[in-house]
Amino acid sequence: MTPPDGLAAPSAPAPSSAATLAVEPLPRHAPPRGPIATLKKHTKILRVSLSERMTYRSDFLLGTILRFLPLVTTILLWKSIYESSGASELAGFRYREMIAYLLLTHISRMFSSMPGLAAGIARDIREGTLKRYLIQPVDMIAYLLTYRVAHKLAYITMSIIPYVALFVVCRGYFDGIPDALTLAAYALSLVLSFLVGFYFEASVGMVGFWFLEVTSLLYIVMTLNFFISGHMLPLDLLPSPWSTILKALPFQYMAYFPAVVFLRKITGWNLVLHLLLELTWAVVFMVLSRGLYRLGLKRYSAYGG
Amino acid sequence: MIEVDQLNLVTSEFMAIIEAIELTKTYRVFQKQEGVLGAIRGLYHREYREVRAVDRISFAIEPGEMVAFLGPNGAGKTTTLKMLAGLVYPTSGEARVLDFVPWQRADLFRRQFSLVMGQKNQLWWDLPAADSFQLHREIYSIPQAEFDKTLGDLTELLGVAKLTRQAVRELSLGERMKMELIAALLHGPRLLLLDEPTIGLDVVAQAAIQKCLRDYHSQRGVTMLLTSHYMRDVEALCDRVLVINHGAMVYDGPLSGIIEKFGESKLVKLQFEGLAPDDLGRFGQVVRREGPFADIRIERSRVSEILSAVLDRHALADVTVEDPPLEEIIAKVFEEARLDHDAA
Repeated sequence: MTPPDGLAAPSAPAPSSAATLAVEPLPRHAPPRGPIATLKKHTKILRVSLSERMTYRSDFLLGTILRFLPLVTTILLWKSIYESSGASELAGFRYREMIAYLLLTHISRMFSSMPGLAAGIARDIREGTLKRYLIQPVDMIAYLLTYRVAHKLAYITMSIIPYVALFVVCRGYFDGIPDALTLAAYALSLVLSFLVGFYFEASVGMVGFWFLEVTSLLYIVMTLNFFISGHMLPLDLLPSPWSTILKALPFQYMAYFPAVVFLRKITGWNLVLHLLLELTWAVVFMVLSRGLYRLGLKRYSAYGG
Repeated sequence: MIEVDQLNLVTSEFMAIIEAIELTKTYRVFQKQEGVLGAIRGLYHREYREVRAVDRISFAIEPGEMVAFLGPNGAGKTTTLKMLAGLVYPTSGEARVLDFVPWQRADLFRRQFSLVMGQKNQLWWDLPAADSFQLHREIYSIPQAEFDKTLGDLTELLGVAKLTRQAVRELSLGERMKMELIAALLHGPRLLLLDEPTIGLDVVAQAAIQKCLRDYHSQRGVTMLLTSHYMRDVEALCDRVLVINHGAMVYDGPLSGIIEKFGESKLVKLQFEGLAPDDLGRFGQVVRREGPFADIRIERSRVSEILSAVLDRHALADVTVEDPPLEEIIAKVFEEARLDHDAA
């Protein structure tokens, strides 16, 4: 077990001063401490992610435009529903409000939807690319969060013009722009919906530690989420036990809640309460995803890696 | 373990970079039965088989060593590397790497080593390698000046300075591997774990990677543990060899020792003044006989005796005595280990 002479002895005259570096008790780069260093590191991740997102500009633009096409049919559909029912209000929504709501859920989803996040985590686990988060001094969830912020920033920056155009065209469906306080609450609800969406999907992705194939599970979760988050129609429209149940669940914060904040359907202390609840859900899913990640890593390291 | 810790305290200056003690890893593998019925049966009654990937291996690697880790496919090399990198927990046994328990994955530990796997990429596929390098600079918080210098040196050494602005997916396999290597070396790791770094590369790219590793080693005194199926890599880089087979250590010693221990014969190449005689078979196994040339495989201990016998009888123009190719010797080591294992 003895190593060959010359190579082993660190005290032997080294060919260069660098050889002594190998036996230094401390590494040359002490890990940076404090929030500023962490912020700096993640700003870089953000910038690199941003330029990655911009690689596929034309794909992106086309995707954004195509996204609006179904809106036309939705508007026509609701028009005929209101006309045939003869009622001016359905579950407290007038026709104009209904269309405004559906337009606003698009904004909500722009913040809360996380395409490919859960699938990406599951793929990293299955294909072993997860390794790099274990080998490099970087935390996977923090990294993915930064990456996602970059993704969202890129998306919002690039789609701001088509969206503004859309809302100008559809301005007749809105009762003007709400007051500053409502707008602030709306902005906060959107940021929180991003966090709820991120940590929810991250938690779903962690299931990949226990099941190799998660595509069908993800499909079910995402389809269900599309409905129970209120993306398709306002939750108030559902029969009584269901609307109450769905409004108690966290999924409403990913589409329904920000939209009704903008429409001033939730106001005063009720609004404050719901914002606090939204924050609580973000924290709950954060803790859940972290917990699952820890447990998953234990399993991963025991069974293969 | 207590004794080992105490030893480390006393001799911390000469502490081994890697110390593995009775390291063992057992996997439970699901046995899928044949056919549809078997698959259905597998849903409620699963049969598992225990596979011992690594079986009580112990070794120590000192700072600055370059060690080759050899063994046939499935011998447990990658599993061992994964344990040393902290990716996998051992079933039993202990390891200390850079004075850390690797699978605790301390931040400081992760800043001091690199694991390069020949078949996995760490770089961002759609971005130029330069952007991935920048990311590494931030992740490892490498000072800008040092980053620039290291990057300049490495890209020049590997001849890829012009390619760093090109998206990684557009690079050839060899170029990509060079970029991977640069990414792994940027933060100046004290320990490099390399799992088949030259797999699938052409001879020129292989040689470039070898040269880079050699130069980097002589400049920085980095410790390296590498697995490879190419004996060229081993001959070019490593003085010490660990051979494992079926998870157990078969040989640990200098590369020259393995030739002495397992290379029982030598290849004697003779060039006669006239045509090579046809009675050479009595000296050893004739490998080739063409015109004045004849190659004979002779038992190691009898080389000088036989050479003088040939010289007594024939006029020779030239003689060379060679060791058989390293590949052949390693194959023999693997084969013997397999026979031992099967017998036991």
